[in-house]
Amino acid sequence: MTQTDVPDRGQRPATATSGYERDSTLPPHIGEPIVAVEGLHKYFGDHHVLRGVDLEVRQREAVMVIGRSGSGKTTLLRCINFLEEPTIGAIEVDGVRVDADPLHARDRRHREQIRQIRLRAGMLFQEFNLFPHMSVLGNCIEAPMRVTRLTRDEAATRAEGYLDKVGLSDKRDEYPSRLSGGQKQRVAIARALCMEPKVLLFDEPTSALDPELIGEVLGVMEDLAHEGTTMIVVTHEMHFAEEAADRVVFMEDGVIVEQGPPEQLLRDPRHEETIHFLRRFIDR
Amino acid sequence: MAAAAGAEPRGVAPIVEEVARAQRGARRRFSAVFAAVWIGLIVLIGGGMWIASGADLEFVLVSGPVIVLQGAGITILVSALSIVFATILAVLGALGRLSGNPLINGIASFYVSLIRGTPLLLQIYFIFFALPQLGIVLPAIPAGIVALSMNYGAYMTEIFRAGIQAVAAGQREAAEALGMPERLVMQRIVLPQAVRIVVPAIGNEFIAMIKDSALVSTITVHETLFMAQRIGRSAFEPIAALLIAGAVYWTLTIIFSFFQERLERRLSRGDR
Repeated sequence: MTQTDVPDRGQRPATATSGYERDSTLPPHIGEPIVAVEGLHKYFGDHHVLRGVDLEVRQREAVMVIGRSGSGKTTLLRCINFLEEPTIGAIEVDGVRVDADPLHARDRRHREQIRQIRLRAGMLFQEFNLFPHMSVLGNCIEAPMRVTRLTRDEAATRAEGYLDKVGLSDKRDEYPSRLSGGQKQRVAIARALCMEPKVLLFDEPTSALDPELIGEVLGVMEDLAHEGTTMIVVTHEMHFAEEAADRVVFMEDGVIVEQGPPEQLLRDPRHEETIHFLRRFIDR
Repeated sequence: MAAAAGAEPRGVAPIVEEVARAQRGARRRFSAVFAAVWIGLIVLIGGGMWIASGADLEFVLVSGPVIVLQGAGITILVSALSIVFATILAVLGALGRLSGNPLINGIASFYVSLIRGTPLLLQIYFIFFALPQLGIVLPAIPAGIVALSMNYGAYMTEIFRAGIQAVAAGQREAAEALGMPERLVMQRIVLPQAVRIVVPAIGNEFIAMIKDSALVSTITVHETLFMAQRIGRSAFEPIAALLIAGAVYWTLTIIFSFFQERLERRLSRGDR
């Protein structure tokens, strides 16, 4: 590993982080920057997983991150809300900026800053991670009641709205064990929305689903994207990326190799690695 | 000739019924033999012991109820209170054993090691006979409860620790990702799931506790074994009295096992 991997923070041209040539090429619905990843490096022990990632996501933008397993895309997503503490770099979400601080990861002040980021960034997991000891409604109102301090009625009203949005209002009293995988992930989406985050982070949300259940989850996500929900999605679903993304980011070996609008990146990639990676999908 | 797919082949109904009847019959035979074995063994062993003890019926009818009513009452009281305190100690102990704070972790680990490394009987003696030398005088029943709670708290600490660690990492992550502070994550997400995981093990501890509570007879707690020994000795019927005490413990554990099974079934309902 060479020393050139050390981040050159702030030295990059805007195109390296936002993926757009100029602001004038922005699609009209896209707003101001709301998530910024700056000079991000992550080591697991000696293993250098993220090797200098810069990424900017704007309001109402849907960004899909693609790449091989092991390319660091999931680690990048988990670093954004500090489920992994980055080794070097900084994260900013909706004006809350937190520098990586692995030496003081347990410090109270750092934990509180991280919590402020997490309140602004909802996360969806491959394995859904619904709370099995709570009903669907219980899953949705837990954090709004205990973290945001809504009353039970306020939280329940909000939850019912979002459950309706994901098409599961009739399941509010069921326990997660009685739901299909697709339903579980939709509840997880409603649960995340109940905290009214500024951005949703999806970590391969359909990878644990039976093929016939993938569609219902992608459908909900596509609706969210079209309604202008800001989202960062790590996915292997290329058709979905093409339909719903404003921008596709291709990662390999812990760096962003190439990014751009889906029709350009997926149809007319410029880099050798991207072409090589996409060939597998186009052949199908 | 093969029947059309999906249709019921001709002549199958009587066979299906016959199979079901045979299965019902086998189940009934199993239950009958099973019950007969139990009743036979109880009559055989109970009767044998009865004759060997040379007990006279009057003693059993007169003194039996005293042992059962007074002794079993104290046994239940001591065991139930001890399991409650032991559970509280165990949750604290487990959180301590998992704590990143070396002071707290050190205290919790020391507690578990010391208590698990010494005999329960010695701990009971120490609390009842030695603590008064330090000016701490506990009456017999509280001393017994303290000793049993401390002892079982240490064992159950390890059970709870394993239970907490068995809660999927994703549960904690999901809660943290919702912005829940650590205390809330533990209180609302991890512990409730850990409790479900450890209920069977805690039930076993309670059954063991019911029997180990007999040890506090040594410090004059008037529980089942103590009453049996006292009454048996004064009536010159020591063996019959011990048999009655044994029956009390056995019955208590059977009753408790029954409730434990139902509780487990209820708790597993919400699980995946």
